[in-house]
Amino acid sequence: MKEGGRMTPERSHTVQVHPLVVRITHWINVFAILIMVASGWRIYNASPLFGFKFPGDWTLGGWLAGALQWHFAAMWLLAASGLVYVTYGIVSGHYRHKLLPIAPAAAWRDIAAAFRGKLTHDDLRVYNAAQRAAYLGAILIGIVLVLSGLVLWKPVQFHTLGLLMGDYEGARYVHFFAMAALVLFVIVHVVMVLLVPRTFPTMFTGRARVPAAAEGD
Amino acid sequence: MKRLFGMRQSLKGQSRSQIERIERRLFLRRGLSLGAVALLSGCDVTDAESVQKVLWAMSRWNDRVQDWIFDPGRLAPEFPESAITMPFPFNAFYSMDQAPSVDPEGYQLELSGLVREKKPWTLPELYALQPQLSQITRHICVEGWSAIGKWSGVRFSDFLRRIGADLTAKYVGFKCADRYWTSIDMPTALHPQTLLTFRFADQILPAPFGFPMKLRIPTKLGFKNPKHIVAMFVTNDYPGGYWEDQGYNWFSGS
Repeated sequence: MKEGGRMTPERSHTVQVHPLVVRITHWINVFAILIMVASGWRIYNASPLFGFKFPGDWTLGGWLAGALQWHFAAMWLLAASGLVYVTYGIVSGHYRHKLLPIAPAAAWRDIAAAFRGKLTHDDLRVYNAAQRAAYLGAILIGIVLVLSGLVLWKPVQFHTLGLLMGDYEGARYVHFFAMAALVLFVIVHVVMVLLVPRTFPTMFTGRARVPAAAEGD
Repeated sequence: MKRLFGMRQSLKGQSRSQIERIERRLFLRRGLSLGAVALLSGCDVTDAESVQKVLWAMSRWNDRVQDWIFDPGRLAPEFPESAITMPFPFNAFYSMDQAPSVDPEGYQLELSGLVREKKPWTLPELYALQPQLSQITRHICVEGWSAIGKWSGVRFSDFLRRIGADLTAKYVGFKCADRYWTSIDMPTALHPQTLLTFRFADQILPAPFGFPMKLRIPTKLGFKNPKHIVAMFVTNDYPGGYWEDQGYNWFSGS
C-alpha cells in the first residue's frame, strides 16, 4: 500500500497486534464456518426457501444425511471456538479496546473512504471505524446464527427462544439471512486482506511493523 | 430385523444408495484435495473412512446430548384448526401411489420383546382403546419443511402400560407394512403427546398417511413417526432404522 513507502526500517518496529487466543480461535472459526456454510447449503437444497439451489459442487456432505452429519459435527467446533473467542474478548477487555467506541457516523465515513480507496490502516493495532463496525457485526451475526440454529435443531425444547424469531418457520429465514450476512462479511473481509496484504501474516504471527510515530500509543 | 424387500423397492433402493455412496466418495476426494480437512485432523487425509468414522461418532454423541436436552414434561406447541396445512404434504421413500394397502380384516399388530402380553391386536380392538385424544401439531421434516396437521388416537404410554411393556427398557422399535422400520427412546415413547393414531384430519388414516396406524411424535422429526405399523417391540438392544442406518441422526428430536 501507499503508506508503506514512507516506512523505513529505522523508523518502524514490530508490535503485538493479535493475541494468541484470537489467532487460534480465528483459524478454527474459519475452518468451522467453511464446513457449516458448505454443509448448510446442501441442507438448504433439500427444501429451498427461495427459487434457487446452491450448486452441488459448492456443497459438503454429498447428500442430505451426509450434510447434516457435517453440520451437526462442526457446530460443536464452532460453538466451542466461538465461546472461547467471545468470552476472551469480553473478559480480557479485547473488545472494549479494539472495537469500542464505535460511532455510526465515523463508520459510514470510513466505509465511504474504503470504497474510494482512501482508507488508510497504518497502525494495524488500531481498527478504523469501518473495521470496528464489521467485526462487531460479524460477532452479532454469529450469535444470531447460533441462536436460530438452536431453534431449528430443537424447535420444541427451545420454543421460547423460537418465539422471538417467528417459531420454526421464522427461524429458517433468520438462519438463512444471517448466513448470507456472514458470507458477505467473509467476502468483504477477504477482499480487504487482499488489498492490504500485510495484515495477513499478522493473523499467524500476531506481530506487525508499525511506524515509529505510532510508538507509545 | 432385516426383511426381504419387494423386488422393485430393493432395486430402486440399492441403485440410489450406491449412487449416493459414489457421490459421497467423489465429493470427499475433491474436498480433501482442497486440504480443508488437513487443517483439522493432521492425519492421513486420504483416508476418507476415518472422516466418516468421526462423523458417525459425532452423530452418536448428538444422540446423547439430545437425550439430555429432551424435557419429558415440555409440550410441543398445539395450533388451532385454522392453522392446519392443506393439502398436507406426502413424504416417504417411495411415491404416493406406492403406499401400501393394508387389509383391515386381516390386520394384526404383533408385539414382541420386553412385553408381558404379546397377544396380537386386531383393528377393532385398537379402535376401541380409550381415552381417545386429538392433537394439532407441527410435523417437521428432516428436509427442512414443516406442516401442521391433526391426528387422533390414544396415548402411546397408555398402550405400553396396557400391554405390560418394560418401561425401564431403552428402546421401542417399529416395523411397518411398507418395509420401513425405525425406533425411538423410551422417554419419548412415554411423552404425553406421543400418540398411537388411527385418524388424520378427523378421518380414518388415509393409505398415504399411514393406514391403519401411525405413531405421532411431535417432539421428533417426521421420519421418526412410523406409518403403517404392523409390529412393535421393546428392547435394550439398539434397533436402528431405515434412514438411521444410512446416516440420518437416530434421536432426531425437536
